[in-house]
Amino acid sequence: MPTHHILSVLVQNRPGVLARVASLFARRGYNIYSLAVAPAEDEGRSRITIVVDVESAPLEQITKQLFKLVEVIKISELDPRRAVERELLLATVRADGTGRGQVVELATIFEAKILAVGVEALTVSLEGHPDKLDDFEELLQSYGIVELQRTGRVALPKLDRQARLRAVKGS
Amino acid sequence: MKLTGAQALIKALEQESVEVVFGLPGGCILPAYDPLLESTIRHILVRHEQGAGHMAEGYAHVTGRPGVALVTSGPAATNLVTPLMDAYMDSIPMVAITGQVPTTAIGSDAFQECDTVGITRSATKHNELVMNGDDLPLAIRQAFHLASTGRPGPVLVDVPKDVLVAPMTWHWPTDDEVVASLPGYRPNTKGHARMIKAAAALILAAERPVLYVGGGVLKARAAEEVRQLAELTGIHVVTTLMARGAFPDDHPLALGMPGMHGNATAVTAMQRSDLLIALGARFDDRITGKVDSFAPEAKVIHVDIDPAEQGKVRRPDVPIVGDCKHVAGELVRIIGELLDGGAARADTSAWRSRVSGWREQFPLTYEPSEPGHALKPQFCLEKLRDAAPEGTILTSGVGQHQMWASQYWNFTEPYTWVNSGGLGTMGFSIPAAIGAKVGRPDRTVWAVDGDGCFQMTAQELVTASVERIPIKVALLNNSYLGMVRQWQEMFYDERYSEVYLSPDTPDYVRWAEAMGCVGIRVESPEEVEPAIEKANSINDRPVVVEFRVDSGEKVFPMVPAGQSNDALVLPPSQSDRKAALS
Ligand SMILES: Cc1ncc(C[n+]2csc(CCOP(=O)(O)OP(=O)(O)O)c2C)c(N)n1
Ligand SMILES: [Mg+2]
Repeated sequence: MPTHHILSVLVQNRPGVLARVASLFARRGYNIYSLAVAPAEDEGRSRITIVVDVESAPLEQITKQLFKLVEVIKISELDPRRAVERELLLATVRADGTGRGQVVELATIFEAKILAVGVEALTVSLEGHPDKLDDFEELLQSYGIVELQRTGRVALPKLDRQARLRAVKGS
Repeated sequence: MKLTGAQALIKALEQESVEVVFGLPGGCILPAYDPLLESTIRHILVRHEQGAGHMAEGYAHVTGRPGVALVTSGPAATNLVTPLMDAYMDSIPMVAITGQVPTTAIGSDAFQECDTVGITRSATKHNELVMNGDDLPLAIRQAFHLASTGRPGPVLVDVPKDVLVAPMTWHWPTDDEVVASLPGYRPNTKGHARMIKAAAALILAAERPVLYVGGGVLKARAAEEVRQLAELTGIHVVTTLMARGAFPDDHPLALGMPGMHGNATAVTAMQRSDLLIALGARFDDRITGKVDSFAPEAKVIHVDIDPAEQGKVRRPDVPIVGDCKHVAGELVRIIGELLDGGAARADTSAWRSRVSGWREQFPLTYEPSEPGHALKPQFCLEKLRDAAPEGTILTSGVGQHQMWASQYWNFTEPYTWVNSGGLGTMGFSIPAAIGAKVGRPDRTVWAVDGDGCFQMTAQELVTASVERIPIKVALLNNSYLGMVRQWQEMFYDERYSEVYLSPDTPDYVRWAEAMGCVGIRVESPEEVEPAIEKANSINDRPVVVEFRVDSGEKVFPMVPAGQSNDALVLPPSQSDRKAALS
C-alpha cells in the first residue's frame, strides 16, 4: 500500500510553473497521484496541492528539489490528520428500472446532488473528503458507472484549537 | 529612455560587465547582432553552438564569472543543450541567450521554432521566455544573479525576434528589485552555528578523519580556508575530479583523487575512515562505488550550499547547509579556539602511519614502454606536466586520457583544471580550452584530448586560429574509443564492439594545419620532449601535438562500475599486495 503525502506548494503564478513542477516529478522518478492548481489568496501566487505516493525519505528529497525551483515560494507537507481535504466527484451512473431508486437513495445518504436526469442514467456530484468519495464511487460501481471524473485533491492545514476558538469568538 | 529590445539586451550584458560572448547568429537572434557592432563586448564566432556553450563553461571555470553564449532559435538552441546540461551537472555559472520566433508565431511550428524553454527545462537552473521588451533588463539581471549565486548553474533567456525589434522602456533594476522579483530564491550561505559546533566536536574526536573536497570548494572560492582547516587539524585531503587543484597535490596532507580511477590510498582512506568531512561534494556514484558498502564505518559531516544534496545519497550525521568558504572558515576558528583552550584530540597517529604505508606501497604506476614499442600515454603526460609553465591551465575531454590527465598532473593551484565531470561530455576539451584562454590570456592552456573526442569538436580550432586564441592540444591518439575498449576488455571478455577508430584516418597533423594550427606528430619517446618544447614556444596560433600512444593501455586503479570500492583493481604490478589495503 503506497503512502500518500500531501504537499501544498505556494508558487509565483507565472507561465510554465506547472510544467516545471510536473517535469521535476517526472525527471526524479516520482509519481504524482493527484494535482490541483489555482490562484491563491495573494495576487500573483498560486497554490498547487500535490498528492504523492512515496516513502518519507524520498519525500524529503522531492520537497528539497521542488524548493530549488526558483518560482516555488513555500512548501508545506500536510499531515492528513491535521488537514482539511476536499475533492469533487462527478459521475454518470446507469439508473434504470429497480436500480434507479437505489441510486437516488444512495445519493441522498451521501448528500450527493443529482445534476442531470436521463431516462436510463443520472449524473451525480459529490464534494467531500476523498475517502468518502472512494466509498461512494465503489457503491455506485455495482449499478454501472458510465463516466467518472474526480478533481485533484485540495487541502489546507486545519486551524489549531486555539485559532479555531479565536475564530469562533471573532477576536 | 527608449531602446529596441536588441539594444536593451546588449546594454544589459554590458551592465553585467560581460567582456566576451561566444555565439553564432541566425534568423531570430539577428536583431541582437546589430547593436553588438557598437558594443565593447567581444564576440567570438564559433563553428558549432555546442562549442559556444563549452567555451562559456571554460571561461566561467577559470574566471568564476558567468560565461555567456548567444545563439539563434531552433537548431542552434538544441545544439546548446549538451553544454547546458554539462554546466548544470558541474554547477558552472553560465548565461545562454537564445533567439525565438516572434511572439505571434509561437506555437505555430514556424520556421526554426522549437520549445527551447521546454527542452532546456531540466538542463538549466532556471529559464525564461521573455514576451515583453520592458522585461528584458530584469530577465538578464535575474539570469546573472541566479547563475552565479547559491549553487551556480546555467540560466537560459529565450527572446522572441519581435521583442528584440520593438521599442521598450529601459529600466535597470536595482539589487533590491532583483531580490524582490525572486521571492522563492533565498540561498542560505551561512551554516548553522550549532551544526558547525557539532562538526568541530566530531572532527576533534575522529581517529581516522578524511577531508572529502568536491567542486563546491572551488565554486565557493574556499581553497584557502580548506588548506587552513587541513593544516590546523592535520587531516588528509582527497580532491574529487571536480576539485583537482582545490588543494595542492604536493602538500604533505594531499592524497589526490578518489573514486573509480582514484589512487589506491585516496580510495582506501575514505573506505576505512571513521569521519568523512564532505565539503561541496555530492557523493557521486563514481566516488562511492556501491553506496551500501561505501565508507561503512564513517560518520559524515556534509557541507553543501544545496540543501537537496544533504541526504540525497548518504545520510549525514551533521548536515550543514551553507557556503564552503564560510563554513570552513568557521570550523578553523572554532577548532582553533577549542585547541587553544586545551580541548582533547583523538589520537590519529596509528591512522597516519597506515595512510603513509599505503602511499608508499601504492603509488600511481604504469609499465614503461619497451624500446621500439608504442608510447605510453602516461609518459607523455608526465613530460607535458614537467615542461608546463607555471600556472598552466589544463582542460580535458572524456575518456582514458581524462583520467590519466587528472592522475598524473600535479595540480598546485585552484582553477587550473577544467573538465566535464558530471555529464562526461566527449568533445569538451577544445572549446573549454578556448574559453579558458579567453578568460585567462596570461596563462598557457593545454587541452588533453582523445582521438574520439577530438573528432567531435575539432572544428573549434578554426575559431581559435581565426580569433588568435593560441591554445595547445595534446592529442593522445590511441586509435580507439579507449575507455569503452577498456570496459570491453575487462568486462566483456575482450569482445571489442565498435570501439576501433583508426590511427591515421584522419591525418591529425594535416587536419590541424588545415585549420590554421601548427601540427606535430610524435611517435617515439625521444620526440616527446622536443615536441612539447616547440609547442610551448608557439604563442601566435594554436598547436596540436598528436601523440601516437599504446592502444592497449588501461587506466588503473579501477573500481568496476557498481561494485564496492573494496573491489578496487590495482595495476598488475601491485596486485599481489592487495591485502595491504585492509
Ligand atoms: C558525447 C559522448 N558520447 C559517448 C560517450 C561514451 N564514452 C566515454 S569515454 C569514450 C571514449 C572516448 O574516446 P577518446 O576520446 O578516444 O578517449 P580515450 O578513452 O581513448 O582516451 C566514450 C565513447 C561520452 N562520454 N560522451
Ligand atoms: Mg582514444
